[in-house]
Amino acid sequence: MSVRIFVPQDAAALALGADRVAVTLSREIETRGIDVTIVRNGSRGLHWLEPMVEVETAEGRVAYGPVKASDISSLLDAGLANGGDHPLCLGKTEELPFLKNQTRLTFARCGIVDPLSLEDYKAHDGLKGLAKAVAMAPADVVAQVTESGLRGRGGAGFPTGIKWKTVLDTAGDRKYIVCNADEGDSGTFADRMIMEGDPFVLIEGMAIAGLATLATKGFVYIRSEYPHAIATMTEAVEIARRAGVLGASVMGSGRAFDIEIRTGAGAYVCGEETALLNSLEGKRGIVRAKPPLPAHKGLFNCPTVINNVISLASVPIIMDKGAVFYKDFGMGRSRGTIPIQIAGNVKHGGLYEAAFGLTLGQIVDEIGGGTASGRPVKAVQVGGPLGAYFPRALFDTPFDYEAFAAKDGLIGHAGITVFDDTADMLKQARFAMEFCAIESCGKCTPCRIGSTRGVETADKIAQGIEPEKNLALLADLCNTMKFGSLCALGGFTPYPVTSAMTHFPDDFRPAPLVEAAE
Amino acid sequence: MNLHVSSRDIGERTLDIVSALKSLEGPLLPILHEIQAEFGYVPQEALPVIARELNLSRAEVHGVVTFYHDYRDHPAGRHVLKLCRAEACQSMGGDALAERVKSLLGIDFHQTTPDGAVTLEPVYCLGLCSSAPAAMLDGEVHGRLDADAVRDLVAEVRA
Repeated sequence: MSVRIFVPQDAAALALGADRVAVTLSREIETRGIDVTIVRNGSRGLHWLEPMVEVETAEGRVAYGPVKASDISSLLDAGLANGGDHPLCLGKTEELPFLKNQTRLTFARCGIVDPLSLEDYKAHDGLKGLAKAVAMAPADVVAQVTESGLRGRGGAGFPTGIKWKTVLDTAGDRKYIVCNADEGDSGTFADRMIMEGDPFVLIEGMAIAGLATLATKGFVYIRSEYPHAIATMTEAVEIARRAGVLGASVMGSGRAFDIEIRTGAGAYVCGEETALLNSLEGKRGIVRAKPPLPAHKGLFNCPTVINNVISLASVPIIMDKGAVFYKDFGMGRSRGTIPIQIAGNVKHGGLYEAAFGLTLGQIVDEIGGGTASGRPVKAVQVGGPLGAYFPRALFDTPFDYEAFAAKDGLIGHAGITVFDDTADMLKQARFAMEFCAIESCGKCTPCRIGSTRGVETADKIAQGIEPEKNLALLADLCNTMKFGSLCALGGFTPYPVTSAMTHFPDDFRPAPLVEAAE
Repeated sequence: MNLHVSSRDIGERTLDIVSALKSLEGPLLPILHEIQAEFGYVPQEALPVIARELNLSRAEVHGVVTFYHDYRDHPAGRHVLKLCRAEACQSMGGDALAERVKSLLGIDFHQTTPDGAVTLEPVYCLGLCSSAPAAMLDGEVHGRLDADAVRDLVAEVRA
């Protein structure tokens, strides 16, 4: 049997030259006449080692990285095809501490399988959850998801099962499952990695959601910044349809469910669920007032489940292994696992799936290995552009929805962006306002106008113009935006701003010898 | 080039696209994506055709086109370079890198070089936050950019 060598085609690996590695490898094995099959897998999530090439051996997979195209020749000389030793050899993949200490439930297959091989998917426990759901009554499927304690991984943390139950209990000729794959938060890439590395798990999760709520149509709304994810998902849906996983009779159940892939158009606010629904309908991505809830009147006014990619991708294992299995992981009211994305100025960036409960310090210092620059960590932003900046003093905060809320922060989509001591927190606060101004949908005043006034006020503070008065004004403005905005964009922009002001007051003091205002 | 013929041409091609996609649920965004793929931007001449075929007002179509950052009202340069401007890239020196790219190209964001070679655009996150700073050149992603790498990228688009 031909040896399988894995070269990831996850966008993070592509950005670091994985295609050049694959092309060179393919050419070299042909020249040398070695019997090797190249598999383009997803990423294992050790992004500082990308492109990470793996070879399948009798003892398990052996990893090499980071591999450049120019390393291929020497790697093959060293016996790459047999897992031979080389300065880039990292040893057995499964033994790498970063991977070994994870609890991979949602990402169990990511980086391991050929993303577009349904056979490979099935060989790694794929479709088992859907098979069980097909044999169950819809209400029982909903009950199992509720029992698992799964909460929305998009950021809001709303119990997924409750949402599904509302849709199941709402009468409607037509119901929809909408997958929110508009992953716009900086520091997050878990959705992208699943869609590129294990697309069938998302399809399976959506099909289960469809069976559970009697919805027959699903949409995956993927942001246009993710062309690779769009391509992989589109192809995976075709494959699933041909195999009868999707279509008029899901796995021979006689019940219909199909999926359509839609592309966003560069509006961050469409990650907000009601704006996303408007966008799918072909309207401007303007936020809708709630109620009515999307579960009652969602897409085209029909009952709609709208869930994040990771929420849906976590459902198959819950159906397969049971609610109790999943629920046993985690802490407090945060059950199961969370794919933490470690990003920014960090030595070991990547995806780390673990049960809730790790402290922020463990994640940043131990798992992430501190900063890439080697300088001290100054701040970490948790939860994307709308998340708070945490100082080292709060590094004992456990990764848990409630624990973060208690410290005036949020987990959001579980992205962590690390900054070293060169970061200027006033500049970061200003950026939060600027970003809100660029991306505001314009429907509500606090967000639309508040964000622009916020930028101006931050600029005045930076210029030393009446700093005390303007700091008070900025705090007041944040308060207005937080409580007066219609959605999380305007409502949460104050998190990075006020956390920066609270934890890093020195950065908001006027520099000495300020020039007089013109 | 005869502008009149060109307009008629745009209308006809738009009609083909709309006819092919109008049976979708919520067809407007897929139609606009396809039109931009066809023409490189969303021409004004396309809007009344879309409005008529989808039974929308022209104002509604205009509102949608202008709401989304992706839709252009004029063609871009031969290459499009998108630099990530979000927090993770900022933490790795993205701002300084952006200044360097701007000075190498002699343009600001949202501008095209006078020779039409490249349009520079900001993007708020490419999902490459663990390999920052990141950029996308004509749909191809690039990570862990440094001064040398951006010089090479700029040289590539200038070639």
